[in-house]
Amino acid sequence: MNVPSNLLFSKTHEWVRIEENIAYLGLTDFAQDKLGQIVFVDLPELNQEIKEKEQVAEVESVKAVAEFFSPVSGKVVKVNEDLLDSPEQINENPYDSWFVAVELSDQSELENLLNPQKYEALLMEEEENH
Amino acid sequence: MSEVNLIFETSRPGRKAYSLPECDVPQKPIGELIDSSYLREKAPELPEVSELDAVRHYTKLSLRNHGVDSGFYPLGSCTMKYNPKVNEAVARLDGFINCHPYQPESMVQGNLEVMYTLDRLLSEISGMDQVSLQPAAGAHGELAGLMIIKAYHENRGEGNRDKIIVPDSAHGTNPASAAVAGFEVIEVKSDDRGCVDLEHLKEVMNEEVAGLMLTNPNTLGLFETEIVEIAKIVHDKGGLLYYDGANMNAIMGIARPGDMGFDVIHFNLHKTFSTPHGGGGPGSGPVGVKESLIPFLPVPVVCKKDDTYYLDFDRPLSIGRIKSFYGNFNVTIKALAYIFTMGEEGLKKVSESAVLNANYIAQKLKDVYLLPYDKICMHECVLSGYRQKANGVSTLDIAKRLLDFGYHPPTVYFPLIVSEALMIEPTECESKETLDEFINTMRTIAEEAESNPDIVKTAPHNTVVSRLDEALAARKPVLKWKKE
Repeated sequence: MNVPSNLLFSKTHEWVRIEENIAYLGLTDFAQDKLGQIVFVDLPELNQEIKEKEQVAEVESVKAVAEFFSPVSGKVVKVNEDLLDSPEQINENPYDSWFVAVELSDQSELENLLNPQKYEALLMEEEENH
Repeated sequence: MSEVNLIFETSRPGRKAYSLPECDVPQKPIGELIDSSYLREKAPELPEVSELDAVRHYTKLSLRNHGVDSGFYPLGSCTMKYNPKVNEAVARLDGFINCHPYQPESMVQGNLEVMYTLDRLLSEISGMDQVSLQPAAGAHGELAGLMIIKAYHENRGEGNRDKIIVPDSAHGTNPASAAVAGFEVIEVKSDDRGCVDLEHLKEVMNEEVAGLMLTNPNTLGLFETEIVEIAKIVHDKGGLLYYDGANMNAIMGIARPGDMGFDVIHFNLHKTFSTPHGGGGPGSGPVGVKESLIPFLPVPVVCKKDDTYYLDFDRPLSIGRIKSFYGNFNVTIKALAYIFTMGEEGLKKVSESAVLNANYIAQKLKDVYLLPYDKICMHECVLSGYRQKANGVSTLDIAKRLLDFGYHPPTVYFPLIVSEALMIEPTECESKETLDEFINTMRTIAEEAESNPDIVKTAPHNTVVSRLDEALAARKPVLKWKKE
């Protein structure tokens, strides 16, 4: 399972890419693989204030509907509307398919996230527990 | 089998399947009878085919159906049991089909007696005090049940209870029904035995919670052995217990939801009580309640005074009418016929055999398919395609491969708490030979997953169409024919 070294991760399988004060959020390779072919995605709105651990998006695959929890708090400054028309991008390139970009309101929240090594350990654990 | 054209593609202008005699009454142009604003300008583009073409078209389509009458259908959580033909004969009796719901009560005493009797029998089977036959199907029964719970709390001045607890293994309809009824849904976790986590339930249960929805046995096919303790936790904080009757086929004559502490239940007559499930059924989802909730049942309620049956509408606390007339009445007749046919001992045997069959399958397959919760199950077992995944074969592939052998696949990817889940419910109706054949096929597929994974991954091969693009169908559905 692909776990890029330049990202941070949540326990609920969202990834975070930091560019200065902006966080790009997306769904991990593991999550898209578990979900299977994704057919719909529902994204938050531009300028919406979102909170850490709050459900902000919904992803629907042929198997199930999954909730997307924001790993950070802040204001939505960009929305990747391409995903609405072609959600299959999330399956094809999970780490290029960012959902939204968020202007961070609390940098310290990043400390709650997992680094790639810790996220990989979490995946091993999940595989064992299945 | 060849492709079947759409009936519109078979259509030829002017071809028809009827010939009407000359009209023997005076005729008037339609424009003189109906205001022109209500008249269409162009005739509808209906297909024009001969009678034989129409018959062949629908016969061909019908041959592509798979039903319990054509083969094994172990769709977990759906109880696809055989629908005895005698039920159909009974439901077609003159007095049932040639009456009108607006006929006076004195003329339809027999029909009212059917409803009253079924209410009594379902109450007896479930340990409830009264049952309304109105809900049209399972989820409608859930909605009615939740509305009753809401009305009960409001009447006690506790209308602030706006949350419903639902386990993470629950049927998707539970949280959906709760949301439709205006509740916020709180999820309670399953523990490592696959049952409700009591400690977590204690944490989330409080005075804002209207009730807990539970399926017992749950969707893992496991009996919630701590049900008495669960009921106590919920009742102590003033909440009510809702029983999702989807898995009732496991417990008839053996355990009763009413005795376990449940306050409200819905039945799926199209599962447990052998009424048709496919082809639109229609379903029927009666809702039953304990005595304290009877005033809130939907109107009308069939009552009996001396030897006369009547419909009681005078119930001020009722949640009101939830279905036109009296529910899917004709379906309820079939359920009554089934209960009478089986009798007390028969129903008990139904559940015993359903449980035995599910355990037989689980034990015969657990060496090749992972059995995540390896203990005695109830009427269905949940296996996992986890081991096969190592060879790139997913549960979806296994399900598709089963089509090649003429089986309707089990429920897959549900319950959500088991990865690569295969949920198998054989029902009591199947012989040991049918079960053995299915077991052998499942073992063959597991072998193929090792030796020739591609044949599984590209299945089905013997069906009319090969694997359909489910993602495209969901993203860009073509829902109706359009003239080019």
